Amino acid sequence: MSVPETTPTLDTTGLVAAPGLIGSGQDGGVRDQVTAYIQRVRSGEMGALPAIAGFVVLCVLFSVLSPYFLTERNFANLLTQAATLVMLAMALVFVILLGEIDLSAGVTSGVAMSLFVVLSNPGGINMNWLLALLISLAAGLAIGLFIGFFVARVGIPSFVVTLGLFLGFQGLQLIIIGDGGLYRIQQPQILAIQNSNLPTWGGWVMLGVILAVSLVTALLDRRRRARAGVSSRTIALLWIRLALIAAIGGFVIAQLNQNRGTGFLAISGVPIVVPITLFILWAGTFVLDRTKFGRYIYSVGGNPEAARRAGIKVIGIKWAAFAVCSTLAVVSGVFSASKVGSVDAAFGRDIVLSGVAAAVVGGVSLFGGRGRLIHGAVGALVIAVITNGLGLLNLPGGVNFLVTGGVLILAATVDAVSRVRAGGSLSRR
Amino acid sequence: MDAPIIELTEVKKSFGPVSVLKGVSLKVYPGKITALVGDNGAGKSTLIKGLAGVQPYDEGHVTFEGELVGLHNPREASHLGIEVVYQDLALCDNLDIVQNMFLGREETLHGTFDEGTMEREASETLRSLSVRTVGSVRQKVSSLSGGQRQTVAIARSVLKSAKVVILDEPTAALGVAQTEQVLALVKRLAERGVGVLMISHNLADVFEVADYISVLYLGQMVASVEASKTTRDDVVGYITGSKTYTEATA
Repeated sequence: MSVPETTPTLDTTGLVAAPGLIGSGQDGGVRDQVTAYIQRVRSGEMGALPAIAGFVVLCVLFSVLSPYFLTERNFANLLTQAATLVMLAMALVFVILLGEIDLSAGVTSGVAMSLFVVLSNPGGINMNWLLALLISLAAGLAIGLFIGFFVARVGIPSFVVTLGLFLGFQGLQLIIIGDGGLYRIQQPQILAIQNSNLPTWGGWVMLGVILAVSLVTALLDRRRRARAGVSSRTIALLWIRLALIAAIGGFVIAQLNQNRGTGFLAISGVPIVVPITLFILWAGTFVLDRTKFGRYIYSVGGNPEAARRAGIKVIGIKWAAFAVCSTLAVVSGVFSASKVGSVDAAFGRDIVLSGVAAAVVGGVSLFGGRGRLIHGAVGALVIAVITNGLGLLNLPGGVNFLVTGGVLILAATVDAVSRVRAGGSLSRR
Repeated sequence: MDAPIIELTEVKKSFGPVSVLKGVSLKVYPGKITALVGDNGAGKSTLIKGLAGVQPYDEGHVTFEGELVGLHNPREASHLGIEVVYQDLALCDNLDIVQNMFLGREETLHGTFDEGTMEREASETLRSLSVRTVGSVRQKVSSLSGGQRQTVAIARSVLKSAKVVILDEPTAALGVAQTEQVLALVKRLAERGVGVLMISHNLADVFEVADYISVLYLGQMVASVEASKTTRDDVVGYITGSKTYTEATA
């Protein structure tokens, strides 16, 4: 396959200047862009493609195997089950992009949510729920800074630091929760996140906002590029993308707007957790793609020495990434507490490895530098579908772990093979 | 002849009891290529680290465009327009060419990247260096060959109108064709009026592009000659210490 933009020819003299020689990868029509994309995928930049394929295959498989899988009720259930993992995976992406890991993200959310229930418990301190929530988020931030200090400043491998905290925080959580063992979540605002829904029109407004934001950002980008005098991708791609968002979003919202109540009470609408998660996804992606902080995370993950020589404060970037990760981990804890309805001493203990697995399944490289937030989210959906689907099949619990583990290794293999292919094409030149 | 853009006078550097630079003088001229040669351990790396501000010299003077300068840290050096292209290329594989060329000095507009401007400037810089081996400036660096990477690293150094570019073994580990490309690029760099200091072990490369050759031997500058007025054998002699340079300085 011949693609002029992506296959450079080796010139032996290099002395003859040709006019307008360097492409930007933005030229050509839809067909050229599609071939260029296929070329990138073939050379190993698969992104979330395997995960999306896996998601579709699993959905088809489970809908064949179980009559309950494709019901409106299960669909909403799947989203709320997945929300915690999606959020945690997105949190972890920030540190995995650096080539680091945070094994304590789960127990960090546990410590912060223990703090929340103890502070806000009506029978105890009875603090305002919003204030308690802010304190919990601040605790997450502080924990992130604490980890960052040891990893970035002292230079201990993050695996060791966070493994230590994983053990230590379980104890801290036990101390905070005390002998009570378990606190019920009693704040309606927290419970609403996972258990209440937007009104049916709210879902359509949400889709409208998503489409409008996508359109406006894309058009502003094009205007900016035009002002700088460089070409943009053909506008047809934008329409295709918007049409895809509208179609998928429309399908999902239409499903969620069906009545899924079992009794007399009608339940319908998009769960409130969905717009919250989408907003954090959007904001985080914005930071990673368009700001110096985000770019520097990628550069430190790709080549810390190059980043240092380029004048980037590597220590500060690492520090900040751990702070972001732990804070977002607390948000995932809020989602989990809202879903489960209680917080106990083991809260958040078992989820962190699933979060790491989700990021890897989604296409985030554990070696750093490669991956996006959406990859973490898609990977989490894959793992959530496995849990949900196998649960519907009434298989023994052990099967779930076996399948999830198998999918993780499969995903890592796909990543490794695609790297070899990318490396192969490099050595062929 | 023009005045030198950088002149080192009697710079010294020692690490504990080991004296690595024992009073070295060196001139780099704008628009000319000065090759710095010498055997392993002669002090070449220490010399350029001083110029880059990474390891300041202990003693001696450095003048830049006739003015005495300190060079205490990398920022000072890059502020003056001294850029170093290191041997183990300081590029991020996971970023594209534009992102690498602008790393650490991105153009922003309202706090977010001005990708269009960066893309245009990157293309213009590559074009001005007559680089034609790069297909797209949005290619990931991981997909580039060694020569192309070196090209990007050099282009990165001239992006912000560097006055002096120091190249640490730019052709090491490159194939024949790629070496030719990079040497052609080094020549074009000098044609733009940039003062080039090139470290190399490869005397064929040195004689192909250099205007001046400076030879370090055990921390001392044993010869500084015009490339056209010396021979390969002489230079080998200076490098190994078997020959002493006696003529008037170039």
